[in-house]
Amino acid sequence: MTTKQSFITIDGVSKHFGDVIAVDNVSIDIEQGEFFSLLGPSGCGKTTLLRMLAGFESTTSGEIYLDGKAMSEIPPHQRPTNMVFQNYAIFPHLDVSGNIAYGLRKDKLGKVEQTRRVDEALEMVKLPGYGKRRAHELSGGQLQRIALARALVKRPKVLLLDEPLGALDKKLREEMQLELRALQESVGITFIFVTHDQEEALTLSDRVAVMARGEVLQMASPQQLYNRPFNVEVADFIGQMNFFDAEVMDLQDDEALLDVQGLGQLKASAEGEFVQKGASIVVALRPEKLLLSEKGDAGDENTVKGELSTSAYLGSRSHFFVAVDGCEEPIEVAGQDAGFGAGESLQRGGEVWLSWARESLVLLPVT
Amino acid sequence: MKNVSYIDRPNRPLFVYAVLFLAFLYVPVLFLPLFSFNDSQYIAFPIENWTLRWYRDMANNEPMLAALMNSIRVGAVASILSTFLGIFGAKAVTRYRIPGQEPIIAVIMAPLVIPGIILGVALLILINRAGITLSLYTVTLGHILVCVPFAMATLMTRFEGFDKSMEEASADLGENAWWTFWRVTLPMVFPGVLASLLLCFTISFDEFILAFFLGGTDPTLPLYMWGQLRFPQRLPNVLAMGACILLISFFVVFFSQWLVRRDPDSPKSAG
Repeated sequence: MTTKQSFITIDGVSKHFGDVIAVDNVSIDIEQGEFFSLLGPSGCGKTTLLRMLAGFESTTSGEIYLDGKAMSEIPPHQRPTNMVFQNYAIFPHLDVSGNIAYGLRKDKLGKVEQTRRVDEALEMVKLPGYGKRRAHELSGGQLQRIALARALVKRPKVLLLDEPLGALDKKLREEMQLELRALQESVGITFIFVTHDQEEALTLSDRVAVMARGEVLQMASPQQLYNRPFNVEVADFIGQMNFFDAEVMDLQDDEALLDVQGLGQLKASAEGEFVQKGASIVVALRPEKLLLSEKGDAGDENTVKGELSTSAYLGSRSHFFVAVDGCEEPIEVAGQDAGFGAGESLQRGGEVWLSWARESLVLLPVT
Repeated sequence: MKNVSYIDRPNRPLFVYAVLFLAFLYVPVLFLPLFSFNDSQYIAFPIENWTLRWYRDMANNEPMLAALMNSIRVGAVASILSTFLGIFGAKAVTRYRIPGQEPIIAVIMAPLVIPGIILGVALLILINRAGITLSLYTVTLGHILVCVPFAMATLMTRFEGFDKSMEEASADLGENAWWTFWRVTLPMVFPGVLASLLLCFTISFDEFILAFFLGGTDPTLPLYMWGQLRFPQRLPNVLAMGACILLISFFVVFFSQWLVRRDPDSPKSAG
């Protein structure tokens, strides 16, 4: 066995359930103290991967190293990981103190020390004095905190979180996200967080692995994922995105001349090996990188004329859909300018202009 | 229109039907305690004098008390052993992927549908061939056979009713399978265990056919009562005993229902 440099190394791990490949040759390195998220739609293998880290599922092939030790032969109860379950799994036959102290039996702490540790944990999750309550007397958010306290009181090397905020309402979820992040920074424990909510993953994580069909599509920081996605699938999954088919007309140094469907001929910086002369590619543009106006300069290559088809009011902002000749689907634009009256003056069917900065264009390979 | 929702509107024919149904079920049963207070050996109306003497007699009726004790002993052992087997059986079929699981469950549940008389004859032949003397032990064995399916059925719903992640959480918090069973699984299925114990005891307590075939010289209570029916003068004693058992059964059932309702995470009381 080779000594591994990273704190956690997932080395070519696969998991097959019969003919179904849940996780397909995944390799990830995670550093100590990192907040790492596994993001993907349901059935993408993220939970299976987490359960393999906890030891509830065996690996079909590959190996997981934690702090330099191979984990495959180590049963869940001997691993230095603790988990926050999706449904919290708070024991209903024990009170809150009993739940939190559950994992401390083998530490033989003595009554005073144990009580102190439990109180400390309750303090940490901001539920002091809740020790005597039972699970059925607590709200979802409180159960969530107890589950966190119960896992953290064990002082694990790694905390595994399986969609822990999924069952909470939006406001509470956003509150818990901030708290979770603050908590992780204060305890300094490595968090591995599974979620299907891309906003949540972007808000919380140091790094995110986007998964689909058991594979990791891209592993990067939230900023990189958002601004420089690897391919159409990642770009589509993270936030809103407009896609345009394009062809590379010419390539000079780092600059490509593109013929983009609906947008016309544009110049863009050529990043990636797939940008070859004559190649078909996809150009992506975020709705908030587009500027909507009633007048435009037809001579500017980064401008296009269209017709306003519909708008969607989202409270803090509005999204407009603009039909452009040559594009099959209307282009989505975020109404970002308050001075523009959130588009109220715009008429459906009215002429509008879209413009963007050249750096906002993202070039992606055709899938 | 009165302010009553559609579903709450009174329905007279249905009400009459319900009353008739309950009467049909319980009136015959209630004759038993009624005539146990009758100061005549003959079961006939009108009841002329009331008495407690059958109850006093019963307290001094050694053979009857012995039979009662036999039944309690057989019932206690049979219910405890059946529940014990049921816990492990139910855990095995609900928690592990076993090859041939469906046939295994079918075989365990089979005594439910095999006629008692067939089971009795078959066991009698087997036990005779094995050269085992018929006694309360053989009755107990027979009772375990018929009780295990009930224990399994009761406990399987309980095992299926609670989330597997509870056991995973226990493993995750550092407890091995043994401690997980004692600290999480058993406490969580405990209402089911209690229900199984009560159910198996009741089944064993009034089981007649197997006790008849497999019993030795010590009769269980149903056998004893059956025997007493041949002597008209002893019938009131049987009625008094029957009334007592009815009363106790009522409290046992009431108690077990109360246990199930009191339990906050029971699937039945869940929201």
